[in-house]
Amino acid sequence: MRNFGKQSTVAVAGKYLALGFYVAFALFPLYWLAKIAVTPDKLIFTDGTALVPSSFTFENFRTVLLHTDFLAYFRNSLVVSLGTAAITTCIAAAAGYAFSRFDFRGKRLIIAAMLITQMFPLLMIIAPIYKIVAAVGLLNSLTSLIIVYTAFNIPFATFLMQSFFDGIPKDLEEAGMIDGCTRFQALRKIILPLTLPGLAATLGFIFTAAWSELLFALMLINSNDTMTFPVGLLTFVSKFSVDWGQMMAAGVLALVPSCLFFIFIQRYLVQGLTSGAVKG
Amino acid sequence: MTALADTAPGETRARPSFYFRYLVEPYLYLSPAIVLIALVMMVPLAIGISYAFQSVNLLRPFETGWVGFENFQALWSDRKFWLALTNTFWWTLGSISLQFFLGLGLALLLNTQFHGKRLVQALVFLPWAVPTFLSALTWAWLFNPTIGPLPHWLAALGILSEPYNILADPDLAMWGPITANVWFGIPFFAITLLAALQSIPGELYEAAEIDGASTWQCFTKITLPFLAPMIAITVMLRTIWIANFADLIFVMTGGGPANSTQILSTYIFTTAFRKLDFGYASAIAVALLGLLLIYAAILLVLRRKLVKI
Repeated sequence: MRNFGKQSTVAVAGKYLALGFYVAFALFPLYWLAKIAVTPDKLIFTDGTALVPSSFTFENFRTVLLHTDFLAYFRNSLVVSLGTAAITTCIAAAAGYAFSRFDFRGKRLIIAAMLITQMFPLLMIIAPIYKIVAAVGLLNSLTSLIIVYTAFNIPFATFLMQSFFDGIPKDLEEAGMIDGCTRFQALRKIILPLTLPGLAATLGFIFTAAWSELLFALMLINSNDTMTFPVGLLTFVSKFSVDWGQMMAAGVLALVPSCLFFIFIQRYLVQGLTSGAVKG
Repeated sequence: MTALADTAPGETRARPSFYFRYLVEPYLYLSPAIVLIALVMMVPLAIGISYAFQSVNLLRPFETGWVGFENFQALWSDRKFWLALTNTFWWTLGSISLQFFLGLGLALLLNTQFHGKRLVQALVFLPWAVPTFLSALTWAWLFNPTIGPLPHWLAALGILSEPYNILADPDLAMWGPITANVWFGIPFFAITLLAALQSIPGELYEAAEIDGASTWQCFTKITLPFLAPMIAITVMLRTIWIANFADLIFVMTGGGPANSTQILSTYIFTTAFRKLDFGYASAIAVALLGLLLIYAAILLVLRRKLVKI
């Protein structure tokens, strides 16, 4: 937010050039995805590397939506991601609140345990989880994915929520408690409304994480009915590996939910991080 | 301290007992998180470590049992393991350094004022929202000479002799996933470093300007020291994360061609997923975990020496 006053035209031009480079680098792959998706099949090879297709079509999108299992994958992923995001956010909000407001026995131990879960390779537990899930008969079910993803995301979400709670003065709920609320009432009526941006950011974070998880879904799901989007698209790719237009159309459609969520949360993100998470 | 606050107004109302406040109430809020993490992460972690010392192969269900360090002995003489270890090193180093410097550059740019800042910020952060499997597929397609422009551009620039798919070339294949990873990872560094930049008090720069400091001096004497703790922690976390990150490589090359992009985490996954040899997969995972712990310890010691808070 600072301005060094007199900047030379060369410096300004350089700055905009650099920004242009970053924007182009960020958008080009997505542009290309969309471009191939709207190029008619017979033009894909003749158009080759032309930057703009010579004609447009939405045929690929129509085929993907109507003649493939795309919608089922999409629905499965939506169920898993929304379920994971909602449950994780509730649990993490409670845990983050406890970390932010209480000093208690075992606090350091629990924080250390949560940090450890962020350190070890998640792939390390892929085999035990497979065996456990198989033993309780939850293979090929979306429930198992929701439980597993929820546990994976809780530690990070908890630290995130803690930082949001830390940003809210303790006096507020103490005032409420003096006026006769219980602590839980104070939390619900005074603190939660103030953390709404934090809750939204956490929700979006977890949603996108669950939406893109591939390896555990690949391991735990192999029936076509319960495949999530990443697994479905990957099988799609290996099954019909020549139908470029349709694959890219499916890719574009997969982008929609996470980009929507991202646009919604991105302004809270820097704000949230600035206000607490990483200060110090 | 808090107990004192309780004795102030409203004292006669049921005063929460000491034990309730310190032993019970926090755990009421924490218990769902603790139970889930214990059941879904800690218990499997313990089981996973124990697998490393067992023979657990779903394809050979009758040869189970404790085998001591046999898996690790096999690991020691496994040529693929050492190759994967070397690849992990280059993959991590290449990805993290490019991500970091490009991310720092972007954060510094976004911390200045220019027209259309909100829009630019939303656009450059967008790759981070793209699901990883989709980034991997998109970049794999971009590198495919049939539908992607990259091989043609590289050939036109003289980097490639002819437009072919570098993902199929053992010497160059690793650059494919690294490019995708850099594209995907720049926003993370930009976001966290931008947040740290915005918390630097503006007066420092004003004072420096009055004293006649150049932009470069401001950067090295104010910006960098303030960013240092943040840089240390993000680089450490990201290194661990990238070393463990199998999705991009698994989707783009599957570890091939000729294992030239096989890193430890993809090796773990393919061993568990395709060969169903959970014992051996766990042994590789334990080895990777050990290496990462050593790395984290070294970095934390360095941080304590370099950054005085």
